[in-house]
Amino acid sequence: MKPWLTFAWIAALRFLAEGRMQSGFILSGIAIGVGVIVFMSAMLTSVQTNFTNRVLTSQPQIQLLAPQEVARPLRLHDDGVIEAAIVQQPTQRILSIDQWQTILATMRARPDVVIASPTVSGSALAVRGDASRSVGIFGMEPDSYFRIVRVPDYIVAGNSDLGSDDILVGLELAKDIGATIGDKVNVATAAGGSRTLTIRGIFDLGNKGANERNAYVALRTAQSLLGLLGGVTTIDLTVTDVYAAETIAQDIQATLPVEADSWIKTNAQFFTAIRAQNLSSALIRIFVGLSVAFGIAAVLVVSVLQRSKDIGILRAMGCGRGQILRVFLIQGGVLGFVGSLAGSAIGAAALMVWHRYARQADGSELFPLYIEPSLFVSSAALATITGVIAGIVPALRAASLDPVDAIHG
Amino acid sequence: MADLLALEGIRKSYNVGTPVETEVLHGIDVTIRPGEFVALMGPSGSGKSTLLNIIGLLDRPTSGRLSIHGEDTTQLSEASLTSLRGHTIGFVFQYHYLISAFTARENVMMPMLVDHGRPDAAMEQRADELLDWVDLGKWRNNRALNMSGGQQQRVAIARALAMDPALLLADEPTGNLDTVSADAVFDLMRRFNTERGTTFLIVTHNHDLAGRCDRIIQVVDGRITQDQDRRVKAK
Repeated sequence: MKPWLTFAWIAALRFLAEGRMQSGFILSGIAIGVGVIVFMSAMLTSVQTNFTNRVLTSQPQIQLLAPQEVARPLRLHDDGVIEAAIVQQPTQRILSIDQWQTILATMRARPDVVIASPTVSGSALAVRGDASRSVGIFGMEPDSYFRIVRVPDYIVAGNSDLGSDDILVGLELAKDIGATIGDKVNVATAAGGSRTLTIRGIFDLGNKGANERNAYVALRTAQSLLGLLGGVTTIDLTVTDVYAAETIAQDIQATLPVEADSWIKTNAQFFTAIRAQNLSSALIRIFVGLSVAFGIAAVLVVSVLQRSKDIGILRAMGCGRGQILRVFLIQGGVLGFVGSLAGSAIGAAALMVWHRYARQADGSELFPLYIEPSLFVSSAALATITGVIAGIVPALRAASLDPVDAIHG
Repeated sequence: MADLLALEGIRKSYNVGTPVETEVLHGIDVTIRPGEFVALMGPSGSGKSTLLNIIGLLDRPTSGRLSIHGEDTTQLSEASLTSLRGHTIGFVFQYHYLISAFTARENVMMPMLVDHGRPDAAMEQRADELLDWVDLGKWRNNRALNMSGGQQQRVAIARALAMDPALLLADEPTGNLDTVSADAVFDLMRRFNTERGTTFLIVTHNHDLAGRCDRIIQVVDGRITQDQDRRVKAK
């Protein structure tokens, strides 16, 4: 007997050790349950983190745009005559944000905004020899913009040092127009702008559509091409708390003459998917937790029946109801805790095996695994608490046994 | 000498308030003095075990008064009764009832562990002394299930004496043993009574063993029909 252990701990551990077959079966059950939770939680976290990282490094968290132009309906005259009954939707010209320098300075002064970068974007035609493709031109200041959309991280050829006559194109566009680093490409817009630009870098954003469409140039080059000299069409922002982006966007829109779109609003489907995943994950956790709890309770109820004479003898020698209660609560907690340790090891091993063998066609990993120690700590804590809770009914039953009935069966 | 135990008008009924209410003890009056070695006899169903459970504070009487060392126990809370039981009374049962998850030494330590909360060297020493005294020192690290019935009952006696109780209650302690083992167990109890002055109250059907007790109380149909002090007769 270890002198640092109390009577309740000593009795609980001995009872568990003596019924090692029962303890072994329920520990296996708990371990499998916790293993499933650990594996599933780590996978979901990894998928979500990976997806969120991709989304957040390939688009701004908030985009400020010039307000859309709207046609005002004509009012009803006093004599009842309506001058124009049909209101036609106006065309949306590419407009500069009014007073954008002031707005940019305001954004940069906000404590919840990390980076603010002005951009000019519009449609253009990229022409090289006989090949031509429609592209979206993004004119920006590389110093600030590349901290929002990490194009340099995705460069697969050349570099991202943009001069006024340079352009960065996607992998698919480069293939389509048969160009490589250093080649010239003619870019023309509907506004009448036309420039011959040198391909400085080729990027792969991991999205075929974006690789076909997106082309990055210097801010002044885009202004010149799109006929917006001195103007910008958007101000892109990153914020301190990415999940508060929608609130911040609404705040900006309420105080400034701009439209503010957050990444949460523009990726609503993504968030719906995350919510659905989290809900199904929570349901699985609840049901696995319940089956673990019922398993522990069943084993402890049987243990109370098997130990009723021991309980009676202990009560006869002066053991209080509280001590008996603790003996069985501790057994529940220990089963939950030890089972969760084994389950964490099983879950972690399954994750490693999955990560080792589930690969893309080219042998690279499907996505990086994010396994946080807090997952194991919380699993162990939850399983222990579940074990203690599951032990309440059997423990109360044990504590309420009448010593005379218990001894004489 | 003041009474160790005093029972006044003890009655016990089961299924109280129902049509099948049954009274099994009909007003028991008896006193037991410190150091006595008493046999409680009677036919099966006479109420001896019920009386023993009430004296051992495992059960409460329906009415009457039970005093230990002059203190009325009938009004005590359950926690107080449990504590009083642990410190004052030791139990030996017919079927030994050692806790199988523990060794002989740990079983003997158990009442002290329950009382103190944590094990210590003094408990081990006390358990070893008691096991030596019941001549089972060599078996101290054996699990209960690896011992014979007689050995288990001797361990149970050592355990009952661990807290040095004033009163040891034994419910047919030799009923499940062969004659040799039964004699050995009885002699142990007698020796402890003589050497340490511990009071024994032993329920038994064995007339030979009862004949070696100081006093025989006969219970029939829930009433004391005979209370014979053999020491007086011997004198």
